[in-house]
Amino acid sequence: MFDFLKTLDRRWIFLAMLLAVSLPILAQKTFPEQPTLHVRNVFQKIEDLPEGSTIMISFDYDPGTTGELGPMTTALLRHCCLKRHKMLFLTLFETGSPVIDQAIKEVIEDEFAELELKSGEDYVNLGFKPGREVIIAVIGLNLRQAFPSDHSRTNLDDLPLTKNIVNLQDLDLILDLSAGYPGWKEWVQYAASPYGIPFAAGVTAVGAPQAYPYIPGQMLGILAAVKGAAEYEAALGEKYPKYRDPKLNEGIRRMAPQFWGHLLVIGLIVLGNCIHFADRWRGTP
Amino acid sequence: MKSTIPWLIAAATGFVMIAAYFIPAAQGWQGEVGTWFEILAAFAFVLGGANLFAYHLGKISARRAGWGYSGVTLVAFLVTLAAGMLKLGVPAPDRYPTNAWAGDFQFEGSVSWWLYWYLYNPLNATMFALLAFYVSSAAFRAFRAKNTEATVLLVTAFIVLLGRTYAGAWLTSSVPENYSALTFPGMTAIILAVGNTAGQRAIMIGIALGVAATSLKVLLGVDRSYLGSDGD
Amino acid sequence: MNRETLGWTVVLLIGALGLFGRAMSKPEGMGKVYIKAVRIAPDSPTDTRTTFTKVEPKDSEAIVSVPRTVGVWIAALGTLAIFSFLYRDNVFYKLAESVFVGVTAAWAMVLGFWESIVDKLLRNLAPGLMRAWALPGLSDKQEPNYLYIVPLILGIMLLWRLVPRGAWIARWPLAVVVGTFAGLKLVNFLDADFVSQIRNTIIPLIVVVNGKVDPWASLRNTGLLVGVLSSLTYFFFSVEHKGFVGNVSRVGVWFLMVTFGASFAFTVMGRIALLAARVEFLFNDWLWLIDPGDKRPKGW
Repeated sequence: MFDFLKTLDRRWIFLAMLLAVSLPILAQKTFPEQPTLHVRNVFQKIEDLPEGSTIMISFDYDPGTTGELGPMTTALLRHCCLKRHKMLFLTLFETGSPVIDQAIKEVIEDEFAELELKSGEDYVNLGFKPGREVIIAVIGLNLRQAFPSDHSRTNLDDLPLTKNIVNLQDLDLILDLSAGYPGWKEWVQYAASPYGIPFAAGVTAVGAPQAYPYIPGQMLGILAAVKGAAEYEAALGEKYPKYRDPKLNEGIRRMAPQFWGHLLVIGLIVLGNCIHFADRWRGTP
Repeated sequence: MKSTIPWLIAAATGFVMIAAYFIPAAQGWQGEVGTWFEILAAFAFVLGGANLFAYHLGKISARRAGWGYSGVTLVAFLVTLAAGMLKLGVPAPDRYPTNAWAGDFQFEGSVSWWLYWYLYNPLNATMFALLAFYVSSAAFRAFRAKNTEATVLLVTAFIVLLGRTYAGAWLTSSVPENYSALTFPGMTAIILAVGNTAGQRAIMIGIALGVAATSLKVLLGVDRSYLGSDGD
Repeated sequence: MNRETLGWTVVLLIGALGLFGRAMSKPEGMGKVYIKAVRIAPDSPTDTRTTFTKVEPKDSEAIVSVPRTVGVWIAALGTLAIFSFLYRDNVFYKLAESVFVGVTAAWAMVLGFWESIVDKLLRNLAPGLMRAWALPGLSDKQEPNYLYIVPLILGIMLLWRLVPRGAWIARWPLAVVVGTFAGLKLVNFLDADFVSQIRNTIIPLIVVVNGKVDPWASLRNTGLLVGVLSSLTYFFFSVEHKGFVGNVSRVGVWFLMVTFGASFAFTVMGRIALLAARVEFLFNDWLWLIDPGDKRPKGW
């Protein structure tokens, strides 16, 4: 047994991970979630803003990380719609534009169809422009310099929502949904820090630990990975009972495979160390 | 001259960016340079695509190993390029019903849209997902408590892994609320807010100084390595 | 046929049979995408053109979309092809990888063309032409801005890299790129990541709330300050790490290990989340084994 474990083919570990993730998804069991401080701060900021405030949401991710950032995108957009905030969307990722279109369709056009939110009045999709952080630096001073028109090529001056917005400093809040570079760090460096614009981000797990030093000085809070999304959904459910339904909460659902996946990794670390120490005890190299 | 003029261009654009931070009158120039940069970034995309095309075409014509896969890459490249440039399947938008060129090439139902959602999306997302398997294998093979430092790392990872799921909350659910800092979620919060923040902040300060020094070297012409090896 | 090939052939056959059985066992089948016709200009009395949009199968007007259904199956098979790399590098993985590279490169090229070359460069150089072609919404007041000849020339110079001779020509646009980044990063890194981080670390070590000392907050702030200073000491190589400095730097290493431990745990978390999303796609969108969002009619 010991020798089998010592020379264990890694494909058995792969199979274990596949089962640890797949079975909870098939079982569809959920666990309770409690919003933590940073998530609560973001939620409270959006909640406290007066109805109709202007929020920019940058979708700096693409399908590669939709598994992590998709659920929080839905939750944040839901909250903005519930509060009737005005939304400006953009992306610094070249493959991020269709993700914005999908979010608009699923949340604004389908889920909140009864609100009849109108493009140009209630939300504007600015789309993508190449240039990464340079775009943030430019729109920090002049939005039209980088985005003369919206995604459907209508001049910003002709849209009720954007005609009075000169630059980022006219916004009430910036939210970034970020999968890396360019993302939350660049928004802190080129928008939140120099202009003091209220800023919060939803970030992938890989990037989350690096964001903590910016809180609370330069960032209001973060939604870290799918756990952050689940916590935000829980916060939304606390305030708006309709959103306690697990069917509406993708983040909370995804915490079940997360639970078993983490336990498997912990088990593997323990097992690996047991083999290591047993080896040392036996004196084998 | 071959490296002096590029350096002067780099210095001019760089100092315009710096000046815009301090002098409002220079902010318009920052916008212009930023727009030029954006256009250059688009040309860089074209350059990247053309390079990929030339590389795979060369591989096919030389019948080098794996040339068949290069053929597949080229077909995928050309189909996506044609679909996007010709806006295949894009209807004219409502405001300009006679002008299909005014439509968005990513319009739902267009060929580009289909390629994005049914080819790019699943392949990209699954490539990222593969790492879940490798990280679990690495946890088993490489994560050893060999010394104090490795043990600190390991214990931290343990606490955070537990604290970021319901497992942690459940295991320490009997801890009184006054001592919530001793629960797994509580310990995770402390680790992130203190240990992790301190370490990340020190790394960030070091990187910031490094970036500033490198940028200065570039702008002052001390470092011209980005221009390649053959100088004036 | 060796043992391994035989084994895989059996596995693939069982998989194919399973899929066939699953598709045939229920009249509604699986892996289908539903759409409905919607008007492109719903408010227009004359423009009656329609397009299709995705809807849930529950929608009364829903019809099956063949291209999108084929798309879901291709996406599922592509997902499995990438996963097959876990067993060993193979032809299915390589095919999927080749398709991915081709689509990604062309996508970026197309996007760069429409979003910047047309919407920025040509909009400014030839506004009349662009108004008649791809940018009909362009204002009549827009005059040509010939300053944009500069980025056009720089762009062409950048493309010169494709030509075997005269590689130095591409250095000029490269210099614009490097200079822009250098200028931006110099100031913003110093502001956000240096000065602001020092400012964020200057915090009270004894925290008093409502006239009482808050021991937890005080401990947290002290720990943070000690952590930052000791970690910085570890990175400070101008002094030999011996004696007091050595001990402080050792504490710094522990703080850094805590940082890396947290990063490892978060990395695990992120990767599992991405895997869960792919598995959910296979079970939900393709195989219809689950319906977590309750989007299909009951009993499907």
